[in-house]
Amino acid sequence: MNKILLGLLLGTVLGAVDGGTAYFTPAVRAMIVGIVIGSTFKGLIAGIAAGIFARKVNSVPLGILFGLFVGFVLALLVALKQHGYYFEIILPGSLVGMIVGWATQKYGAGIQTKQA
Amino acid sequence: MKFLNDKAIERLRGSSIPDLSGTRYALRELIARGGMGVVYAAEDEKLHRRVALKVLDTAGTNAELTQRLIREARILAQLEHPGIVPVHDVGTLPDGRVFYTMKFVEGLRLDEYIKQLDSIPQRLRLFLRICDAAAFAHARGVLHRDLKPANVMVGSFGEVLVMDWGLAKILQEPTAAEETVVVSSQKKISSEEETQATVVTGHGTVMGTPGYMSPEQERGETEQIDARSDIFSLGALLKFVAASSQDRSERLPRALQAICAKATAKEPERRYESVSEFAADVSRHLDGLPVSAYSENVFEKLARFYKRHQIAILLITAYLVTRFLVLYFFHR
Repeated sequence: MNKILLGLLLGTVLGAVDGGTAYFTPAVRAMIVGIVIGSTFKGLIAGIAAGIFARKVNSVPLGILFGLFVGFVLALLVALKQHGYYFEIILPGSLVGMIVGWATQKYGAGIQTKQA
Repeated sequence: MKFLNDKAIERLRGSSIPDLSGTRYALRELIARGGMGVVYAAEDEKLHRRVALKVLDTAGTNAELTQRLIREARILAQLEHPGIVPVHDVGTLPDGRVFYTMKFVEGLRLDEYIKQLDSIPQRLRLFLRICDAAAFAHARGVLHRDLKPANVMVGSFGEVLVMDWGLAKILQEPTAAEETVVVSSQKKISSEEETQATVVTGHGTVMGTPGYMSPEQERGETEQIDARSDIFSLGALLKFVAASSQDRSERLPRALQAICAKATAKEPERRYESVSEFAADVSRHLDGLPVSAYSENVFEKLARFYKRHQIAILLITAYLVTRFLVLYFFHR
């Protein structure tokens, strides 16, 4: 499995799980479907970005930092749109980005080079 | 304490400087002296490159030593591998002495180089490259029989080269006749000296270096010597490499101790079957995987699992804790 596909799958799954935790917050339980879809999409984008980065840069610390950055920016955009829940969205979103960033560096096949 | 210079040692030993007239080589300096021959730095005047020239120690025609040197050159010529010093040429000097030339390796002996490597993984990766060369030689039916730190050179670009194949044994060849040749003590001129004890036994000759030669080699049981004998030497080498940490308080991991113990087991049948199997265990240890030489308890398995997946465990734990705190404190 290549790094982009790995990032896409992992980001999607983790995004969905992260969004699903909103179920435990009674105030937003009614909007759970929208939250899960949004979070899944956020995870998917973060995963693809981390996968592309991992193909270009081979460094676990930089991969984690990149994941943190992408996760933070996407979560910040969502939180700004929500006009609230900054900590609840940004903190776990950034951590999900870090996990995806780490996984894409550690696993998945890089660019295949042609052999003469 | 006063040290003798090379010239004084030459005079005391009564050996003559080789006459290279009529050859394409010009003598430069003495590099090392072995039991059978002397290694000089020489200049290949045709190709304008520096080579190492090994020649018999003394003038004269000792047929057995001559044959042995030619044989060593031929063995080296067969072993074309990045980890084995390549031979360039073989010939006879005007005084009748046989010589051969090989790559001049600019670098440090393993025992000197290893001091520059701080971490065990770095030292193990270097050791694996020695294993590569030994495994290649074994695959070609050649045993080194004198693997030790002084016989491994690390070049200026980090290349690892196994040197001094003077005691090598070809597994397919009948050995009884040739093993009666006495190969005497080997001594390097430079720094810490390593002496190679030699004892003639009833059915063979003890060849190797104490501490690095297998018990069967020590007993002179030449017919018993096989790849596992080199594995013993590699095990001793691994102990040396792994324990040469600058931080003496650093204890070797138990799995690594077990790998060393298995490789240096007294009985050959308790050792690894092949260098590849041995190297695979060292690689597995490097990768944080279980090794065949050591059965871990549950706590050791958990510790190894944690060490191997430390970042993932920390990230997932951080996520779960954050999620829990967010849910617990912000939305009660």
